[in-house]
Amino acid sequence: MKAIEVRGLRKAYGGRDAVAGIDLSVPAGEVFALLGPNGAGKTTTVEILEGHRRRDAGDVRVLETDPASAGRAWRARIGIVLQTATDAAELTVTEMVRHVAGFYPRPRPVAEVIDMVGLTDKAKARIRSLSGGQRRRVDVALGVVGRPDVLFLDEPTTGFDPAARRQFWDLIRAQAREGTTIVLTTHYLDEAEALADRLAVISAGRIVAEGTPAGLGGRATAEATVRWDGHTETTADPADLIVKLSAEGADLSRLTVTRPTLEDTYLTLIGEKR
Amino acid sequence: MTTLPSTLHNGLSRGWVELLQFARDKTAMIFTFSFPAILLILFGVIFGNEYNDAGVNAAQIFSASMIAYGIVSTAFITMGIGIAVDREDGTLKRLRGTPVTATAYFIGKWIFVATVSLLEVAVLLAIGVFGFDMRLPGDAGSWWTFAWLFVLSVISCTLLGIAASSLVRHARTAGAILNVPVVALQFLSGIFIHPITQLPDWMITLASVFPVKWIGQGFRSVFLPDSMTRFEAGGAWELGRIALALGAWCVAGLILSLMTFRWTGRRDG
Repeated sequence: MKAIEVRGLRKAYGGRDAVAGIDLSVPAGEVFALLGPNGAGKTTTVEILEGHRRRDAGDVRVLETDPASAGRAWRARIGIVLQTATDAAELTVTEMVRHVAGFYPRPRPVAEVIDMVGLTDKAKARIRSLSGGQRRRVDVALGVVGRPDVLFLDEPTTGFDPAARRQFWDLIRAQAREGTTIVLTTHYLDEAEALADRLAVISAGRIVAEGTPAGLGGRATAEATVRWDGHTETTADPADLIVKLSAEGADLSRLTVTRPTLEDTYLTLIGEKR
Repeated sequence: MTTLPSTLHNGLSRGWVELLQFARDKTAMIFTFSFPAILLILFGVIFGNEYNDAGVNAAQIFSASMIAYGIVSTAFITMGIGIAVDREDGTLKRLRGTPVTATAYFIGKWIFVATVSLLEVAVLLAIGVFGFDMRLPGDAGSWWTFAWLFVLSVISCTLLGIAASSLVRHARTAGAILNVPVVALQFLSGIFIHPITQLPDWMITLASVFPVKWIGQGFRSVFLPDSMTRFEAGGAWELGRIALALGAWCVAGLILSLMTFRWTGRRDG
């Protein structure tokens, strides 16, 4: 079953195309990343999928429903992790999670969700008193408390320190293991590489490449560069070359084999010179 | 699939959370309750025993009238600022992503505003009774008038507050913007000025279009003797006309708020 199907999605603001004809297909249970620079159309796309924004053209199905006309039952099946919210500052973590849990037909137990996001010892703390990273964990708790089938995260770790990012990734992986379909946007390559089963690179409102993090843009099959003892050679089959060099008795003490990194591929795709 | 919690359930839950947050925000709470109270004490002390001819002094008249200001400021201004804040801090965006309907959100707001307004009225009455010897009515009829007047006032002002919130771009300017029409109307409507008949006719006509004049007149009818009707613009309490005017504002407010309410801010568009 497809969790998300998008055909020919378009959205313009003031005559300028923010999303200029996007096709997407995300199977249920997949972690899918939309990767692209700021202003590429990631957020607009996700907000249309969430039902927050109207589209100009195209066909969109999330859980086999059009988000633009979806009702409460559909909203009970999606989860959205907000990024910049500062709401509910005066409530405690438990109060806010319990409040939001009450909107759903079969919510997760409140204490269990708080434990899952690692905030058990902050459960009785006012949200106002939390650090930025802890505050975002509350947002995750509120996004997953209703047991969503699809979870949306828009640039979830912007502004995190490296340790907080890794903890956050573990949290997302735990959700994925439970079978939740996850759609995240990011402009961090390592984040897409660490989390996504599949990713699409979006630039100027269009998808310019789609694939697994390892295979994106033909990366897995691109020719490798072999360097040894002052020599450089590019080849589709570095193993053969190395066997040959070894047999010839070449000095291989400083041998390196490199393929384009995800970053090289990405920068080429979005049209930036390295 | 299990059934979704009802809109009423969600609305009650919203109301509880709104009240909880308000009660914990000491600054907002003290400011909301103290502002009309301080004005009442000032007016009461300054004008003291003026217009004592009907056995009613100025302080008692202001105690009755100021209830109108208390309700308008809590219902209209608290609502207008509250929605602007909810739009800015992500409350509305978060709710929009859940099964909560706009109706549930507004039920919550109304519970919040009605509770705070009731407390506001209690504070003002306490000042009137204990500070200025205002007499509470002993008959059921006056309290029935008080009840429907309170409900219509809070509903109309709340709905107008929702509509006004769409004119506010930023939460931090909301208070300044919304206070201008409110304070101006208090003068035009004979809340800060007694008797209203000393105002030019055109001002009274203008004020009669808006709800504040009718709310003030209504509460004076509850707490002042009938002999005081000679200070009213129409020479009578005009309860039927008050109900009609406020009812019309409830309908107009509902239409305006349905037309203008947005889940997200203009700049997000």
